[in-house]
Amino acid sequence: MTAVVPPPAATVDAVARNRVRRSVRRRLVITVLAVLVAAAFVVTLMVGRTFYPLDEVVRVVLGERVPGASFTVGRLRLPRGVLALVAGLAFGLAGVTFQTMLRNPLASPDVIGITSGAGAAAVFGIVILSLGGTAVSTVAVAAALGVALVIYLLSFRGGVAGTRLILIGIGVGAMLNSVTSYVLTRAGQWDYQEALRWLTGSLNGATWEAVAPALVALLVLGPVLLGQSRNLSALQLGDDTAAALGVRVERTRLIAIVCAVGVIAFATAACGPIAFVSFLAGPIAARIVGPNGSLLVPAALVGALLVLVADLVGQFALDTRYPVGVITGVLGAPYLIYLIIRTNRAGGSL
Amino acid sequence: MTATHSLAAEELTLAYGERLVIEGLDLVVPAGSITAIVGANACGKSTLLRSMSRLLSPRAGRVLLDGKAVHRMPAKELARTLGLLPQSPIAPEGITVADLVGRGRHPYQGVFSRWSREDDAAVAAALEATQTTTLADRAVDELSGGQRQRVWIAMALAQQTDLLLLDEPTTFLDVAHQVEVLDLLTDLNRTRGTTIVMVLHDLNLAARYADHLVALAAGQIHAAGTPAQVLTEDCVRAVFGLDSRVIEDPTSGAPLMLPLGRHHVDTPAEVSPRG
Repeated sequence: MTAVVPPPAATVDAVARNRVRRSVRRRLVITVLAVLVAAAFVVTLMVGRTFYPLDEVVRVVLGERVPGASFTVGRLRLPRGVLALVAGLAFGLAGVTFQTMLRNPLASPDVIGITSGAGAAAVFGIVILSLGGTAVSTVAVAAALGVALVIYLLSFRGGVAGTRLILIGIGVGAMLNSVTSYVLTRAGQWDYQEALRWLTGSLNGATWEAVAPALVALLVLGPVLLGQSRNLSALQLGDDTAAALGVRVERTRLIAIVCAVGVIAFATAACGPIAFVSFLAGPIAARIVGPNGSLLVPAALVGALLVLVADLVGQFALDTRYPVGVITGVLGAPYLIYLIIRTNRAGGSL
Repeated sequence: MTATHSLAAEELTLAYGERLVIEGLDLVVPAGSITAIVGANACGKSTLLRSMSRLLSPRAGRVLLDGKAVHRMPAKELARTLGLLPQSPIAPEGITVADLVGRGRHPYQGVFSRWSREDDAAVAAALEATQTTTLADRAVDELSGGQRQRVWIAMALAQQTDLLLLDEPTTFLDVAHQVEVLDLLTDLNRTRGTTIVMVLHDLNLAARYADHLVALAAGQIHAAGTPAQVLTEDCVRAVFGLDSRVIEDPTSGAPLMLPLGRHHVDTPAEVSPRG
């Protein structure tokens, strides 16, 4: 259909300028975040008990043999850095997907028990079933999908309401966390560090074997999620409006849930449920990007930055070394409280 | 612009779970005109509208757009012909007017397609038509109720559909803004030939603004036709359980319904309104 009276050119230009301004802001934020993530990643490789300068680190990453650095950077720090990067991207991406889809900042996978499911299954697999490597990942992914399904079914009553799903998810998450704690008490020989990995998340002792499945999952499922970003943005307007705009609501939701749960479950199997990263990344990204388009990419980058920086802080900034999840937990908990106070004041609309 | 699209319901039965809402309903929406659907609360008005825009699958029967069942059409193709403004759409926090109206272009965009001049022109035309151009940079949540409703209508207009369905577009608006929204819809209908179907609560505004009035009662069409044919004292009693007088509106000639309650009138109601 064409308008009988074409709109004034000045208005069309104003609309175009407005749109360009919004996309410039978004691209600028994404670029800055990407640079910061890259910088934090490089610093992660440089610092440690021995400091290696930038050029040696780069040579190691490019595959050159550098005495000393090749082992420390190549075998110890690189897997840890890559895991931090992959896990951060995965947590950020999955978190903002859930938050956008359910139109609620509390709806992130770590609040509604999905990460707890993956963590509990991983611990159960390792301690009770003596599994290792890919088997642990498989169990974790299956459990995360299972938990997502259970939460979905329990909260489904002629449609999924965000608030009901979140409350049920929090309950399920608490149950699963107690499973994790219980299983850890059965693991006598298990040291404190390893236990913390499954309670709050840790990058200690990262190996390529652990990183690989998470990386592959992110590379396969991440692009599928990004392909849904427009449909997810339409879902923000409400299910009916999105459907009226030609979005196949249930299909979009199914793809988004499966992919988001997939990336986060593989990441959790590698480093445990790093506390609050998927919960924090979306809202932080929203603050700095503003209402200027999809938050998937910015939130993924914020997630990566959070994990990388929190790991640096946990390792070097304090007198004791803390696993990354302790640091992100300290950041996340106050925000959770703030959010609950704020939504209560707004009339509990969540 | 000629009105070429036909929209009709055939033997339509709609239900939520076990509860039947609409049973065996036949409805033809006259092309190029304004149709208003009226009826008591929970009579199935919104349900009917949702099904006509395929948000709800029929238990039996079909909704036909140009002779094709809407529930079988590709989602985006349908969204380029038929738009719907639901009763309570959600504006994401902080979203600007221009951004929200731009969302109406969704059915024209693929995963990788970029914004075109055509998209900008459609958004501009929608802003102009709803007189919201000056609000383009404002956040939707800062606007007044009337402005917000115009912005939502602008979003539906940016979708450039020949058919526009609106579920109670005037709820929560004061009387001046109600008239403003209905005038805007009439402008669209007259200048572009857009076929409009809306659910309205206010019988008198419905009678004045609609070319075609459909009175729904208990999931069935009680009466359909011109406002003068449909809005009668008998119809109001049957549909709403309310005694009334219907006179000619001295300003427009449309029927005007005056409710008779149990107080303040010379001849009080014989039956009391349904509780």
